[in-house]
Amino acid sequence: MNKSLDSHLALADARRLTQRVHFERDGTVTIASGKVDLGQGISTALAQIAAEELGVPLEKVCILPASTAYSPDEGVTSGSLSIQDGGKGLRKACAELRELLKRSGKRSYWELEVAGDIPAEAPEKPPAEYRLVGKSVPRLELPAKIAGEPSYVHDIVLPGMVHARVLRPPRPYARLVSLPAAPAGTEIVRDGSFAAVLAAREEDAIEAAKKLRAKAVWTDDARMPEDIYGWLKGHATENKVTKENADPVAKARGVKRLQAEYRKPFICHASIGPSCALARMEGEPLEVWSHTQGIFGLRQELAMVLRLPEERIVVHHAEGAGCYGHNGADDVALDAALIARMAKGRAVRLQWTREDEFAWEPYGPAMVVALDAQLDAQGNIVSWRHDLWSNGHTHRPGRASKPVLIAAGELAPPFERAPAIDPPLPAGGAQRNAIPGYEFPDLLVMHHYVREAPVAGSSLRSLGAFGNVYGIESFMDELALAANVDPVDLRLRHLKDPRGRAVIDAVVRESRWANWKRMEGKGHGIAYARYKNIGGYCAVVAEVEATHELRVRRLVAAVDVGLPVNPDGVANQVEGGCVQATSWALKEAWRPGALTWEEYPILKFSEAPAVEVHIVRNELPSLGAGECMMGPTVAAIANALCDAASTRSARRRCAWCSPKRGSSTRSTS
Amino acid sequence: MNLTVNGTAHAVAAKPDTPLLYVLRNELGLVGSRYGCGSGLCGACYVLIDGRPMASCDLPVSFAVGKQITTVEGLAAKGELHAVQRALIAEQAAQCGYCMSGIAVSAAALLAANKRPTEAQVRAALDKHLCRCGSHNRVVKAVLRAAHE
Repeated sequence: MNKSLDSHLALADARRLTQRVHFERDGTVTIASGKVDLGQGISTALAQIAAEELGVPLEKVCILPASTAYSPDEGVTSGSLSIQDGGKGLRKACAELRELLKRSGKRSYWELEVAGDIPAEAPEKPPAEYRLVGKSVPRLELPAKIAGEPSYVHDIVLPGMVHARVLRPPRPYARLVSLPAAPAGTEIVRDGSFAAVLAAREEDAIEAAKKLRAKAVWTDDARMPEDIYGWLKGHATENKVTKENADPVAKARGVKRLQAEYRKPFICHASIGPSCALARMEGEPLEVWSHTQGIFGLRQELAMVLRLPEERIVVHHAEGAGCYGHNGADDVALDAALIARMAKGRAVRLQWTREDEFAWEPYGPAMVVALDAQLDAQGNIVSWRHDLWSNGHTHRPGRASKPVLIAAGELAPPFERAPAIDPPLPAGGAQRNAIPGYEFPDLLVMHHYVREAPVAGSSLRSLGAFGNVYGIESFMDELALAANVDPVDLRLRHLKDPRGRAVIDAVVRESRWANWKRMEGKGHGIAYARYKNIGGYCAVVAEVEATHELRVRRLVAAVDVGLPVNPDGVANQVEGGCVQATSWALKEAWRPGALTWEEYPILKFSEAPAVEVHIVRNELPSLGAGECMMGPTVAAIANALCDAASTRSARRRCAWCSPKRGSSTRSTS
Repeated sequence: MNLTVNGTAHAVAAKPDTPLLYVLRNELGLVGSRYGCGSGLCGACYVLIDGRPMASCDLPVSFAVGKQITTVEGLAAKGELHAVQRALIAEQAAQCGYCMSGIAVSAAALLAANKRPTEAQVRAALDKHLCRCGSHNRVVKAVLRAAHE
């Protein structure tokens, strides 16, 4: 692919990250990280960590695009763990190199033989001495993107490549019965129900695909249940206790009981650039270029479905449009590989259409969260029960003994596909953040896993935390109202963690919560969570207007992510997440048949709220920043809507996060 | 057919009804204009046709014959990025950046027509552009910054 690939092939078997740091002849340092840039700016932050620990200028450090040919297997770039885990490993490796240099007596890294004994217990730089980590630096790859230079997998051109379009039905249920003949100058490849059309020119592939799709015959036997929430509650296959702390004495002190149900619809990743991949299989190995979040997991899936040994497959990462979780990236990569297998040695570029992406991406799963709590005579919460129903939130390749990707189930004979699963806590999937961060004496959290999925779902930014935090934090406001306690006070009463209290204090202060003037049709609301209960802390205040139209006017977020490696990068992530969560809350609920931006609208420039981000700084270990704001933002908006709805003229206008609560809550759009 | 793109004339082999986007990307190698939806609904493929921002993904190439086509690659002049592009970088106004080419093109057209737009005018001018990363407010700040350069 490029010169760096060749120069690192020899290291393919090296296990130590230290040996992934290369001091090149031109005076630069190249690092093969296993983490990939998803538009979140991780390569800049990792370069900062390496430059800091090595003591070399930032501009000398280059993070290579990941490839199974030379990168360490650091799993999937997900879960806000790239800085937490990936950064930690890199820091250790660079500290080892610095120690090695010190012991060698050499003047520079470039004279060093790294192959020798690596000091395992090298001291890391104390944070107080940091000069680069903790400072805002501009994103290294941004200027090229803004100039319009080739930056994405979509822009890669391979010699002699042909353009492909897949031929799937416009609904994720139907199966292919028959296809007409390929239009002149194009070619159909087909294996079972998996089919694609190829052409030398992209526009010819597009035209041919349109014609073929219109005349293809598909079965149409399955339907999504009308009431997905009722369906989920009736189809639980496993009922597991996530956490139990029975305290019947405390529970008996309850004098007021509240129950409410909260519903989260299917939400699309809705990347601006539909998924794309390239593949080439001339002789061996099979090479695939993909914007996957996990190059090794994808390779494992490709090996399984194409029945090839993993050593004969190379997956190169190239950036895609922002994905915010598991979108069509892996599916399009398997599609491209299958097409390449039938393309007689030609390189294949497969671009999913916008309609393919909306119809076939793995949606963020729908969820039902039912809450049941008791207040004592002083307005303290003495008992809390949380029940959640959901499909699994992880359907990523490389985690099961069976394939998961769409095309695997379309081949002749088809593979049985593994269902989406939920990793165990503390990360969790559906049950992420289901355990409240507050101290309640009597506690029960139940996870009702639904194996059968009406449509395929997988990880969407923050996974189950979005639905769980939305439920918990909405319910906290309901309880505050019932107890006649200020919502901030009720939270602080039950929150012991000083870092959590500090972000609530910060957001209350910075938003001037106490100075809020009650106005007709307007409302404000607060919400808080610690992501995964072990990650970044975030509190959000939302101010909304709900009169003739619904608008989120202002969001104020306070976050504690430990030492922020690149503070402006953290602020950028939090701002962006707040805006995206606003879009989810106000506008988004996927329905079968939604195939275009008109049928699945997202927040526009004129609708974006003002966002202020306050970083509560400290020198504690860095925590991921990319997802912690999603749940608190939607819950703060929902609480603000309730506040506005308590004034006479407010009308609801949002897609699903309802200001009307309680067990009668319905989600409609 | 002959096209004038970023001030240079090109002979192209595409059929007249081919969407301009694919001619730019595949025939001329100008990949800065991105595919987003193919129906003019997201703004990722915007280019300037005689100075007017238009979607190139559903515009037949024949429509652009005899007109000045400016892509994101053509915004830079004399080796320096356009003021809007410089401001987008200065404000770190992107995450994945996929939508930014179209936004830069529309913002450049706005500033050419209106040297001192209000914030509301900037938002209105960019409303056809979808951004999924939520970089909206930084982009607006960048365009206002470029206007004051």
